[in-house]
Amino acid sequence: MLEVLHLTVRYGAKPVLKDVSFRLADGEILAVIGPNGAGKSTLVRALSGILPPECGSIRYDGRDLCALSVQERARLIAVVPQARSLPAGFTAWQVVSLGRTPYLNWLGQLSPADEELIWEAMRRTDTQHLAHRLVGELSGGELQRLLLARAMVQATPVMLLDEPTTHLDLQYQIGLLNQMVEVVRQPIAGNGNGKAHQPAALVVLHDLNLVARYADRVLLLVDGCVQAYGTSVEVLRPQLLSEAFGIPLEVMRSPNGKYPLVVPLMA
Amino acid sequence: MKGRTVHPIWIALAALLAALLLSMLVGSVSLSLVDMARVVAARLSGGEIGADLRVADTILFSLRLPRTALVALTGSALAVSGAAYQGLFRNPLADPYLIGVASGAGLGAVIVLSLRWGYDVAGLLAVPLASFSGAVLTVLMVVSLARVGRSLPVTNLLLAGVAVNSFAGALTSFLLLRSTGELRRAIAWLMGGSSMGGWQPVLAVLPYWLIGLGILMTMGHALNVMQFGDEQAQQLGLPVETTRWIIIGVSSLATAAAVSFTGIIGFVGLIVPHLLRLLVGGDYRRLLPLSLLGGAAFLLLADVLARIVMTPQELPVGIITALTGTPFFLWILRRSRSLPYWS
Repeated sequence: MLEVLHLTVRYGAKPVLKDVSFRLADGEILAVIGPNGAGKSTLVRALSGILPPECGSIRYDGRDLCALSVQERARLIAVVPQARSLPAGFTAWQVVSLGRTPYLNWLGQLSPADEELIWEAMRRTDTQHLAHRLVGELSGGELQRLLLARAMVQATPVMLLDEPTTHLDLQYQIGLLNQMVEVVRQPIAGNGNGKAHQPAALVVLHDLNLVARYADRVLLLVDGCVQAYGTSVEVLRPQLLSEAFGIPLEVMRSPNGKYPLVVPLMA
Repeated sequence: MKGRTVHPIWIALAALLAALLLSMLVGSVSLSLVDMARVVAARLSGGEIGADLRVADTILFSLRLPRTALVALTGSALAVSGAAYQGLFRNPLADPYLIGVASGAGLGAVIVLSLRWGYDVAGLLAVPLASFSGAVLTVLMVVSLARVGRSLPVTNLLLAGVAVNSFAGALTSFLLLRSTGELRRAIAWLMGGSSMGGWQPVLAVLPYWLIGLGILMTMGHALNVMQFGDEQAQQLGLPVETTRWIIIGVSSLATAAAVSFTGIIGFVGLIVPHLLRLLVGGDYRRLLPLSLLGGAAFLLLADVLARIVMTPQELPVGIITALTGTPFFLWILRRSRSLPYWS
């Protein structure tokens, strides 16, 4: 279980995350929502070790992540960044293979088992047919799937996805999130420590209706603070959301009654 | 995948072999392959070398072989450190010459040379060491001048490089003019002519070359990961800061090795890696060894040209590389946005 307690992060003098606490259990999908500038991407960067926390702790199964080496940390947390400015001269297969970096020696030699894993991840993200194409020739949706495959072969118990659906058409958004769910339900083998964990995913999302559909729990960030944290039914409430986003919103039930639907109210 | 990795290496090896042969045979006195074969056969059999072969023997083993070795070491060091700088700064225009590192290394070398233009081993070993210090100081200066926050914009890097480059160049010229040594040799050095003969410079450069290029050859995977930016590289488990310092250190070592005895030779570090990228793509695990072979071959050919264009006089090889390199550089500059291998 990933446990974040009283996390505070600053850019210079300005605190961008204030006293953020939450838990991410194995096999759980946590959606992070909030208006632009609320600190969602900062949270991803802090959890993945890019920004050192000023205070508070980030622990996985009791181990303090900040005390780990870059390599050890990359065996626990993988990141799916937004697909932009990837080096154009690499093949799709090479991009995915770099996900094995935390398990490789300095020369980066892949074992047959590593290669098998890479092909499996590409099969599961439907990118197998792109393997020998250059990154510069691929579409945004294809690149995003490659980055998901790269995080898959990193075989970590925690996966962070930073707005993976931005710039994608609706069918690709749904496709990508379905693949994310599949990774959580059916993890890929290949973590060096031999412990079979059901991975957890933290995903930053903009589309609140996708949140309702995919997330087990939701974290609402406003201005660097946790405004609400709970199940989607608990967090996706009209008053909370209207306040957070600064516009009147209404929450309805989907026709099948299963999911909340968030709709902006017209003046 | 395997067939594709073996292929370009063999081509590069063949090109290098051809360049080595040309460099041994062509010059103000050209030898034939038959002469060379006879001399080598005579040497191998350990017998007396016939009177008719004495001249050929001297030319081959006392003049051409050490020069060929020095040029090959220099070309490979420049090309590999060029490729490494491009990968490190994620900038297609980085090259030891353009970002000022080579001039810094040259300045270091000239300072030591002006102190003791000596030919003893200690004096010779001090030259690459001084070049190395000059190279590291320059790269630190250029990067810290060009840096904006966490990013390193292309324009800033080039501007800072040009500024530091001309400053170091001016200091170098000043020192050379003040030196009591032979002015012609000094000027030839500035233009990139291998002014010193014999085996001593080769032996003095060799340890730096071996360490610098030996370590750089293992950095292919790290450089690949770094192409995704510092943030992703770290999230993929690469200790970015440490890796960056190692690459700066060993690239500067390689540049220093190249510059210390052959002088300022521009554009090799730019042309060779770019041609190879166009041919084999952006994978640094291939690019680095290919740059080693290709850089040596390219500079050897340029050196052969330098010997025969104005026989019996020799041109400094830096003139040839600049004459072929400048148009190529301008072409890259115009195309760098649309190059398929670079984002």
